[in-house]
Amino acid sequence: MTSVEALAAGPLFGLPLPELWFALVFAMLGTFLFLDGFDFGAGAIFATLEDGEARETVLSAIGPFWDGNEVWLVVFGGALFAAFPAVYANLFSRHYLLMFGILGALILRGLAPEMYEQRHDERWQRWWGRSFIAGSVLAPFLLGAFAGNWLVGSPRSFTLAGIVVGVTVTALTVVSGAAFLRLKAADALPASVRRIGLGAVAAYLLSVVVTLGVLAVRLPAGVDALVTAPVIALVVASVALAGGYALALRRGANLAALAAAAGLTYGLVSVVALLMYPSMDPAAGLTVGEAIVSTLPLNLMSIGAALLLPLVATYFVVLYSAFSGPISAGEAY
Amino acid sequence: MIDPVLASRLQFALTTIVHIVFPVMSMGLAPFLIYFTWREIRGGDPVYEQLRRFWTKIFAISFVVGTVTGIVLEFEFGTNFAAFSTAAGELFGGPLAVEGMMAFMLEATFLGIFVFGRERVSDRLYMISSVAVGLGTWLSAVWILIANSWMQTPRGYEVATENGQPVIHLVDPIAAYLNPRFGFMFVHMQNAAVESVALFMAGVAAYYVYRHHVWGYPVEHVAFWQKTLKIALVALLLTAPLQVLHGDLYARHVYETQPQKFAAMEAVWDTEAYVPEYIFAIPTDLSQITDPRAKELFGIGIPGGASWLASGGNPNAEIRGLNSFESEAPPVAIVFWSFRAMVGLGFWFILLAFWGGYRWYTGELFEDGLLHKSLMASSLLGILAVELGWVVTEVGRQPWVIQGVLKTSEGVSPGLTGTEAMITLSGFATVYTAILAVYTYVIVRLIRSGPPDEADLDSVPDRRPESDAAPAGVSDDD
Repeated sequence: MTSVEALAAGPLFGLPLPELWFALVFAMLGTFLFLDGFDFGAGAIFATLEDGEARETVLSAIGPFWDGNEVWLVVFGGALFAAFPAVYANLFSRHYLLMFGILGALILRGLAPEMYEQRHDERWQRWWGRSFIAGSVLAPFLLGAFAGNWLVGSPRSFTLAGIVVGVTVTALTVVSGAAFLRLKAADALPASVRRIGLGAVAAYLLSVVVTLGVLAVRLPAGVDALVTAPVIALVVASVALAGGYALALRRGANLAALAAAAGLTYGLVSVVALLMYPSMDPAAGLTVGEAIVSTLPLNLMSIGAALLLPLVATYFVVLYSAFSGPISAGEAY
Repeated sequence: MIDPVLASRLQFALTTIVHIVFPVMSMGLAPFLIYFTWREIRGGDPVYEQLRRFWTKIFAISFVVGTVTGIVLEFEFGTNFAAFSTAAGELFGGPLAVEGMMAFMLEATFLGIFVFGRERVSDRLYMISSVAVGLGTWLSAVWILIANSWMQTPRGYEVATENGQPVIHLVDPIAAYLNPRFGFMFVHMQNAAVESVALFMAGVAAYYVYRHHVWGYPVEHVAFWQKTLKIALVALLLTAPLQVLHGDLYARHVYETQPQKFAAMEAVWDTEAYVPEYIFAIPTDLSQITDPRAKELFGIGIPGGASWLASGGNPNAEIRGLNSFESEAPPVAIVFWSFRAMVGLGFWFILLAFWGGYRWYTGELFEDGLLHKSLMASSLLGILAVELGWVVTEVGRQPWVIQGVLKTSEGVSPGLTGTEAMITLSGFATVYTAILAVYTYVIVRLIRSGPPDEADLDSVPDRRPESDAAPAGVSDDD
């Protein structure tokens, strides 16, 4: 078959496909961390709300969205598996117990809102409320720990770098969550949500500073890896975005605040990707070029992604348009 | 300490067996929900809105539980079967990635609209959402079964050795992904899902119909449950005979492409012709309990039946015995009995369908208490049959993870310790038991509370746009 031979002969249009897939995998991770991040953050903020109606409002705000948001994790995993199978295999098997911790947290976070709404007695809702909170806080922390270990190339489940990145990611999800909840239900939720957002963005900046300090010591290339123009630019941009976020949240420009939170999330993921490249799995000593699949499947996947990702973006536009604007009182879960 | 290979296999088996329940529910419910939505939007009988609302709740919960248990499966390839993932990622990872992007995304985003958006979006977009959700569930199965069927009948690949490890390269994508098994698997699985849900619906509805018509209890929403029973019966009449028909073709295909699995299904050890189809077989010597057809057996068989099944009509056809293969045999008793139980259930479902159809024809559908009891008792048997079918498929292909190419024992993560594997295996045993218990509890509660009252259907404030055809506008409220 000539078409197959052509697809196996060389990269499509001569594109640097391994690098593109490296970027795409991290973009998918970033999209997951932003979209499901505000669901996680909503779960953490849920913990601070005692009032039953306020809690219902939080669940209604994320109700139509969280499932679609979480699929980005599946897509990230699938893309990593398909493009860099050796990295997928090494990374996941190396952090065996950590991965199952993440899965456990995601199970709790996924089941809890659905179950919470099934019964309206106090004991049932108290326990599923706790599951929701535990899952929402543990999932980003463990994911951050996973990313930190990945970056510094440690085979251990818990490392200092992992813990500080975990805290950073958790703070970031609260930043996104506060902006999202203000956007969807400012009137139905107490003003404390705004204060939580402002506190979270301060905590985020602080934990970024600590993380950079830890990375300077733990990264194989040390401080030199951090003092590069793109990394410095991203750090500066993050500080500016954090300031913009605080200002926007104070002024009630909640969509702008959410956009700033998105910027912060993609910024953080970009720093991780920049620090890692050209390595793809430092602990296993695999570079992007070594870990990528061969030309034929790579070309096929690239065609698939080029056709499907715009479609996926359309689904999200339709979904978020259908539920645009604040949720109204009594809009049942 | 337990062997990490065995623990990984047990864990994968456990997580798959539990997970499969939920996609079966969502794949099977999807066509019903599309039908209910269409009838609801077309107007007329309000029972369709009740049907749509009631079964959507069950769909939504099944989907959520299916999501959280399904992510586990995707990750387990990396955590527990890293050697397999490294070796076969090039062929196996692609379908998983496409499944996520093409199917799961479609399903998860439009489910948000389908579950929460009835009052927010136009009828047209709502109808589109129901179709998108259904299409998503079915496309998911397409890609998962492409990946699975490739492991059963691998094609279009080359094996190379890189860094001392076997690596499988994709050579011919069409041969690989449209491999010979895929069509059989897809038709058999989708039909099974619809059949299982039809049985579930029929069983639940029969409970209420029985209480009302046979016992004479006052039952709310009688019209709803009668309608449910009839719709389920129609679906059962369509799917049950088909399931056995293409099941027969499928078995013949297994004989041609995975002779070792077929030999295990029939427990044939020595190559022979004119092999009977044993309906029941037991070794007299209990030390050979794992071999249903050990010497000195007691058995009831149809002469030439297995040969007839394998060859498509020739009772004298030869079946290659398990002893003639170089690789060790799969656990024969599990495969042999699962196959028999599945086939037996398949015939029982046909009988149920015809029985119900006949009673409907004679106008006694709501009066036949024995039929109702049989349907109630069978409400979960469709799902059981699916489980048994997957046991035949997956246990039957052992010791191979990729038939004839890679053994399961060679696919397990090299660094995995028995302790780690035991921790997660026992964790899953606990968590998945809890998940099943909670799911069952919630579904039973939903069934007990029944559909929304007809009087309540219109009480929800209508925030739909003026024109039903209005498209969903881009956000305009910032």
